[in-house]
Amino acid sequence: MPGLLDRHLAFVGALRRAGLPVSLAEDLDALDALGRLPWDDRETVRAAYAATVLKRQAQRPTFDALFDLWWPRLVGDGWRGDPLVADVDDEDAGEADEGAAEAGDGGAGEDEAQAETEGAGPVRDGGAALAALRERLAEALAAGDDAAAQALAAEAVGRFGAMPGRGPGLSSWSAYTALQRVSPAELVERLVQALAAGGWAEDDARRAAVERVARFETEVEGDARRRIAEERGPRHVADVVLRPSIERLDFLSARRSDLEELRREIQPLARRLAVRLTKEQHARRRGPLDFRRTVRASVSTGGVPLTTHHRPKRPHRSELVVLCDVSGSVANFAQFTLLLVFALREQFTKVRAFTFVDQVVEVTEHFRPGADVVDVMTHLAAASAHAARFGRTNYGRAFAAFEEQHADALGPRSALLVLGDARSNHADLRLDVLRRLVDDTRHAWWLNPEHRRHWDTGDSAARAYGALVPMVECRNLTQLGEFVHDLV
Amino acid sequence: MSTWFPSPEAVAAGLREAGYLADAATATTTYLAGALEKPLLVEGPAGVGKTELAKAVAATAGAELVRLQCYEGLDEARALYEWNYKKQLLRIQAAGDQAWDETHDDIFTDEFLLTRPLLTAIRREEPTVLLVDEVDKTDVEVEGLLLEVLSDFQVTIPELGTVVATRRPFVVLTSNASRELSEAVKRRCLYLYVDYPDAAREREIVCSRVPGLDERLADKLVDTVARLRTLELKKAPSIAESVDWARTLVALHVDDLDEQTVAATLGVVLKHASDHERAVRELRLRG
Repeated sequence: MPGLLDRHLAFVGALRRAGLPVSLAEDLDALDALGRLPWDDRETVRAAYAATVLKRQAQRPTFDALFDLWWPRLVGDGWRGDPLVADVDDEDAGEADEGAAEAGDGGAGEDEAQAETEGAGPVRDGGAALAALRERLAEALAAGDDAAAQALAAEAVGRFGAMPGRGPGLSSWSAYTALQRVSPAELVERLVQALAAGGWAEDDARRAAVERVARFETEVEGDARRRIAEERGPRHVADVVLRPSIERLDFLSARRSDLEELRREIQPLARRLAVRLTKEQHARRRGPLDFRRTVRASVSTGGVPLTTHHRPKRPHRSELVVLCDVSGSVANFAQFTLLLVFALREQFTKVRAFTFVDQVVEVTEHFRPGADVVDVMTHLAAASAHAARFGRTNYGRAFAAFEEQHADALGPRSALLVLGDARSNHADLRLDVLRRLVDDTRHAWWLNPEHRRHWDTGDSAARAYGALVPMVECRNLTQLGEFVHDLV
Repeated sequence: MSTWFPSPEAVAAGLREAGYLADAATATTTYLAGALEKPLLVEGPAGVGKTELAKAVAATAGAELVRLQCYEGLDEARALYEWNYKKQLLRIQAAGDQAWDETHDDIFTDEFLLTRPLLTAIRREEPTVLLVDEVDKTDVEVEGLLLEVLSDFQVTIPELGTVVATRRPFVVLTSNASRELSEAVKRRCLYLYVDYPDAAREREIVCSRVPGLDERLADKLVDTVARLRTLELKKAPSIAESVDWARTLVALHVDDLDEQTVAATLGVVLKHASDHERAVRELRLRG
């Protein structure tokens, strides 16, 4: 089976290119595992690959996306024959054939054939076909029938997402076009009503409806990717489509849905960091030998000091002052950093936080111990509204205001952390103020969410500020976690 | 040829009999761990049944469970083996005029060896499931120790020589991923991520664990728990907590999960004051 082996090797290669460390040993394990399993169920194959090549749950989305490309759910439309000429018999037969490869997709074929004969007429992607498809989609979604919804997603792309006759180099399938035509979002109201009629509470019904429609949209996007991969080779799609995993996603390029996911990651990240830190401090904590205790303990072993006892070391903690740019461009980054720092505040004696755009506002009070993340974010946004008097980032003015109003925050035991992209709208940088602030503190750092290659472009004053304060690039959760770890 | 399970289906059926409802991926991966004789690393949030899986595998295969509970500061002496120093000292004192060479040979024998879980599991000749629980809690050095044991299933004791497993144990390592394990350990293991179950499976689990639970109540309970998990909570409720909740409701003779009941018993599922507040607000409960 040279074809299969090639595909396996290509798949493993793609995983490696996507950053998953798949060694030769794992490669062989995967083959060994596949050899011991039946292949008739795609999910079994997926499970075998996941067990052998995956090592971390954060890699799972990447793995799944690549798996779907290299081991697609079905080929083409899933039936034989020219896709543009609807032939009822052909479709029926094709569906039955594909049934084995695609478990749990029984009823869809007949439904489809029926709709085809009854309403659609000769045009496969005409208005009547569209109406019929939406009708069936609404039913499938209302019934919560995932298999049917999946089949409909494939059909939707096949019928309404096709862009035949485009030039070479352009893909001929578009999830965007399909979704525009089918516009499943308009079905939400109908779904809510259908679910409410089935005894759901209004709120629950709406949530479920939105979620099901979103899932359908994801299916459509996946199916379009699959078809494009079939035409142009999975490698092409993998290189273009794959997004970095959430831990490596840039704060500045995060989308709304990413932000929520990022926020969920903060708490676990803080926990992991805290565990790591206590452990490291523990390891270093072994103080000088406690002679008396050691001798006393040796009595039970006939005077042989088998175990030694040590005096505990006094922990050393510092104060931290965070000064944080919350203007539009870097607001996300600022929030995550603040949240992470505060999640770790046990590691410091005291943490104070200030936000600014051109004015400085203290926000420490919003981070009560044990406070709710969502609440904190809301309060933070409200408080930060006061930070802008002129509405344009002005680092110089903010530093001056900070020195004037909150100079007491800094002292010889405190560390200063400045967060921001150092883009000051060409205003006076007030380097003298920053120099005084830095001189007052024990340590100072500047976290910049921009890629290093963008520093000093445009109105960025990265170099000028970087000369006074060591500037660190911090674009994603991984870098943020590393920095905070080193900081403590 | 597998000595553990004939097929993934057999695993699923066996586990079900042992009271563990596994999904397809879990069953397949467990089967592979047996078939390839590789250790199985199970990760996932707390309370989704990682340890239970090991226990269920032991019950299914009729094997004995040897458990190594990991913690910070765990060392070779607690994980592998230790010489019984006190007994050795006594032996030396009792030796009297005996020549040192003879005494020396005497005190490093099986009699003075205290086997700890890893060595115990390797020396056993009956089927054994070795559970290395919460492996992420150990120090990095212990991983090195595990490496030798997990890849070759052998332990070297300088005074006695190398002990090789006559029968490879089925090894399950569990982790909450609070620390990243080294690549070397991960490479030797099969990986399984156990997540919160879907509604149907969770309902089945709760019903099988809590007899006398009303079906409708179970539906509602699972729905509510699923909703709680979508909130941004500090500690999302796990399966163990859904089961606790179901037990509470049965004990209280409650037959409907209305807002008041939820508000009154929320402490069973949520363990942070702020989570509590948030749930009450989001679920629109009267606190």
